Amino acid sequence: MANAIELNINSTRHRVDVESDRSLLSVLRDDLDLTGSKYGCGEGQCGACTVLIDGKATRSCITTVGSVVGKRITTIEGLEQHGRLHPVQQAFIEADAMQCGYCTAGMIMSAAALLAGNSNPSNDEIIKNMEGNVCRCGTYQRIVAAIHKAAKA
Amino acid sequence: MTDEIIEELELEPERYELHAGPLLHFDLDRRDFFKVTGGGIFVLLALKGSLAQESGGGQRRGQGGAMPKEIGAWIHVAEDGSVTVYTGKVEVGQNIRTSLSQVVAEELRIPLTSVKMVMGDTDIVPYDAGTFGSLTTRMMSPQLRKAGAAAREALIDLAAEAAKVDRKELTVAGGKVIHAASKRSFEFGKLTHGQRVARVISDDVGVTPPGEWKIAGKSAQKVDARAIVTGKHEYSSDIKRPGLLHAKVLRPSAYGATLVSADSREAEKLPNVTVVKDGEFIGVAAKSESAAAKARESIRAEWKTAPQPSSRELFDYLRTNAGQSQGGGRGGGRPEAATGSIEKGLAEGDHKLQQTYTVAYIAHIPLEPRAAVAEWNDGKLTVWTGTQRPFGVRSELAQAFHIPEEKVRVLVPDTGSGYGGKHTGEAAIEAARIAKAAGKPVKLVWTREEEFNWAYFRPAGVIDVNSAVTRDGKITAWEFHNYNSGQAGIRTLYEVPNQLIQFHSTKTPLRQGSYRALAATANHFARETHMDELAHAVKMDPLEFRLKNLKDDRLRAVFEAAAAKFGWGKTKPAPGRGFGIAGGFEKGGYVAMCAEVSVDRTSSAVKIERVVASFDCGPVVNPDQLRNQIEGSVVMGIGGALFEAIEFEDGKLLNGRLSSYRVPRFSDAPSIDVVLVDRKDLPTAGAGETPIVGLAPAVGNAIFNATGIRARSLPMRLEKQIAQGAKG
Ligand code: FES
Ligand code: FES
Repeated sequence: MANAIELNINSTRHRVDVESDRSLLSVLRDDLDLTGSKYGCGEGQCGACTVLIDGKATRSCITTVGSVVGKRITTIEGLEQHGRLHPVQQAFIEADAMQCGYCTAGMIMSAAALLAGNSNPSNDEIIKNMEGNVCRCGTYQRIVAAIHKAAKA
Repeated sequence: MTDEIIEELELEPERYELHAGPLLHFDLDRRDFFKVTGGGIFVLLALKGSLAQESGGGQRRGQGGAMPKEIGAWIHVAEDGSVTVYTGKVEVGQNIRTSLSQVVAEELRIPLTSVKMVMGDTDIVPYDAGTFGSLTTRMMSPQLRKAGAAAREALIDLAAEAAKVDRKELTVAGGKVIHAASKRSFEFGKLTHGQRVARVISDDVGVTPPGEWKIAGKSAQKVDARAIVTGKHEYSSDIKRPGLLHAKVLRPSAYGATLVSADSREAEKLPNVTVVKDGEFIGVAAKSESAAAKARESIRAEWKTAPQPSSRELFDYLRTNAGQSQGGGRGGGRPEAATGSIEKGLAEGDHKLQQTYTVAYIAHIPLEPRAAVAEWNDGKLTVWTGTQRPFGVRSELAQAFHIPEEKVRVLVPDTGSGYGGKHTGEAAIEAARIAKAAGKPVKLVWTREEEFNWAYFRPAGVIDVNSAVTRDGKITAWEFHNYNSGQAGIRTLYEVPNQLIQFHSTKTPLRQGSYRALAATANHFARETHMDELAHAVKMDPLEFRLKNLKDDRLRAVFEAAAAKFGWGKTKPAPGRGFGIAGGFEKGGYVAMCAEVSVDRTSSAVKIERVVASFDCGPVVNPDQLRNQIEGSVVMGIGGALFEAIEFEDGKLLNGRLSSYRVPRFSDAPSIDVVLVDRKDLPTAGAGETPIVGLAPAVGNAIFNATGIRARSLPMRLEKQIAQGAKG
C-alpha cells in the first residue's frame, strides 16, 4: 500500500506517496523527476543507477525506497554546487570519458564516492572500486584517466 | 568518387537489415521547410547521383516525390544569425553531433558552439535510411561540408550585393561577411532582410580542403558533455508527458510459442489499469511501472511451444540448414570472389591447411535498453524512441496502425548506444498500441531481460577455410565458406591467384541482425587466424608472411605503423605471455592490431595486457573522438573474443541477464595505444565499427604465441579447449 514517505535527496526534503517496497531508482525517476540515474539491468550488475546513500555508492535499482528513509541521498543532480561542477564531472568532460553517456552518471557517482574516501587512488584501486560499473561503449581507459585527473584537481 | 562509393554500398549485406524499406514516403517539400523555421538562408543538399540516399541497396528504390529524394540534409541560417543543421542521422554515442557540427562550423567560419544540430526528428529533417554501416562520416560529413560551403557562398553573394562590391573582396569570419577595404561587416542574420533565400547546392561547390581545416580535424569536446555529466540529458527513457502511464508487455513463454488462452480478468479489475489484447499481443498500462508489472503478473496465459534448436547443436544446425535462406536480401548462390582454380592452387602449394572457425551468437546490450514514449493526438502518433532508423521506425508504426506516414512523428533523442542493435522499433510499436487503448501517453522501457530475449543477436557462424602455401610463403589457394554470419569483410586483400569465397545463408535458430562491423569480425577472425597458421606452417614471422602476400598500400601501411609502435620483432614476450598481430579492411577503413596477452598457468585465464591499434580512415575529422571510438571498439571486441556467447535451449535463453552473461569491465580493459594514419588526400571513412575486426584474431594469435594452443572459436575459452586436450 502507498505510504507518505519523506526522503532527504540532495539536501532537500521530498514527500512521496509510494509503496515502501518500490525501488529507489523508480521513485527517483518516475515520481521525483530525477532522471539522471539510469536503469541498465535492475539487478545490481551495471552501476548505471548508482547514487550515494550517506556518502556510500549504492545501486538504487536494488534498494527499496523504504530502506533509505532518514538517510542522506545524493544523486547526479545534486553534485553540481552553485553552478560549479564537481571535480569528477569536470574531469569527465576534460578527459572525454564518455560516448553515449548512458553509464556516465553512475560512473561519476561511484568515482565521487571513491575519491571522498581516498583522495589519491592508485590505478588498481580505481579499477577495483569501479569494477561494478559497466560502460558498454568501452571508455574504461578514459574513465580511469578522468578519475586520476579529478584526484589531482 | 561517386561511382566508387555507390559500388561499395552494394556490398553492404543488407540481408540483416531486418525490415524491408517503406513503400511510400510523404516527405517535406520546400514550403514545409520554411514553415518550420521562418526566414533566413536555406541550403538544401541536393546532389547529383542521389548520394543522399545512403542506405544501400534494399532501401534505395523509389521514394515518391521528385525533390525530397535528393535531399540529404539542410542547413538554415536564421535571421538572428543562428545556424541549424537538420539531418536524419542520430547520435548513439559515435559522436556525430559534434563531428558534423565541426565540418559545418569550419565551412561557415563560426565557432563550434554556434551550430545547432536537429537530428532524427522525422517531421522536420529530410529522409534518411539510418545511422549504420559507418556511413555518416563517409557520406553525410562530405555532404554537410558542401552545404556549409554553399551557405557561406550564398552569404557572400548577399553581402556583395548589399555592399556593392566584388564578392572577391569579401571574407568570412566570426559570423560576419567582412569587406576589409571599407572596414564594413555584415552579420549573417542581417543579410537576408527577412527574405527567404533557398539554395540547392551543386556537387562542385568549393569546400575547404582538409589541409586548411581549423575547426574540423581538431579534437573538440563533445558538444553536450555538460548535459551528460550533470544527468540533464534526456534519453528516450527519461521523457515525461502530461498524464504519462507506464506500460508492460506480456511475453511468450519461449521462442516460437503461440498463445492458447489468456485470462486477464483480475488485471482488468485493478484500479487505474488498462489491459490491451490484440491478437497475440497483451499489454498493460498503469500509473507506475511496478503497478503495471503487478497487473501483468496477474494475467494467466497458456502458451503452446514447439521444439527449438539449442546452442549445443548450433554449428551443425547452421551447416545442415545451409541454402535455406529465410527470405530477403542477397547471399547464398553466387560467390563473393572466384578467380583461378582452387584445385590447381592446392596442387601448387607445398603445405595445405583445412580448418573450421566458429563464432557464437552474442548480444548487443546497449546500456540503455529499448524504450519509447508514445502519444496520440487527433489521430497523429508521436513517439520518442532510441533507434538507429527513425524513418524506418516511422514506417513500421505507419504499417502497424494502418495510417499514412505523415500521421506519425518519430523523435530520436541522443540514445544510450546501439552498436547495430537498434534498427527496429519494437518498443515504439508496443508503446503506441498501449497508448492508443489507454488514451494517454505511455512509456515503455524494456527490462534488461527483455532486451536480451526479444531484441536480436549478432549472427552465429561457421567458416571453413581451405588453403595452400608454397615453402617460401606464397599463398596459392584460398577457399573460404561462411555459413550464416554474413558477407561483410569476407574478401581477402592478400594476393592469391586462386580464390573461391562464398557466403551461405541458412535457417537461423535465433532472431539475428546487424552488429558493430557486421560479419567482418567473424570473417577477419577466420582469415587472420588462418593466416597465422599458414605463417607458422612455413616458419615465417606472421607480419613478414602477411606483407609478403600483400600489395595493398594502405593495409601495408597500417600493419607497419602498428608493428613499429608495438615494437614487433624487437623483443620476445616474457614467459606466459604472447604477441599477436592481425589486420584488415572494412567500410573504407584499414586497421591493424598488435596484442600482448598473458595466460595464467593454473586457471588458463587470458588477460589482454596491451593493444596497439593503427587505423587509416582518410582525413581525420576529430582525432580525440576517433581515438575514443577505436578504444571503444577494442574493449567491445574483448567480450566477443573472450567470453560472450548466448546459450539457449528449448526456445529459452539460459544466460539472458547481466549476472550470467559476462561483458568487458574495467579490469578487462588493456592499455590501448592508437596510431592514426591521417590521409588528408583521401575520402573520409567512418570509424565506429571497423577497428573491432582486428581484436579477436590479434588476441587469438597472441594466445597461440603464448601457449601453443590455437583458438578457432569465438569466444576463445581456453579452459574449455585445454580440458578437451587441444593443441596447435
Ligand atoms: S540498473 Fe542498477 S546496477 Fe544496473
Ligand atoms: S558511454 Fe555508452 S555506456 Fe558508457
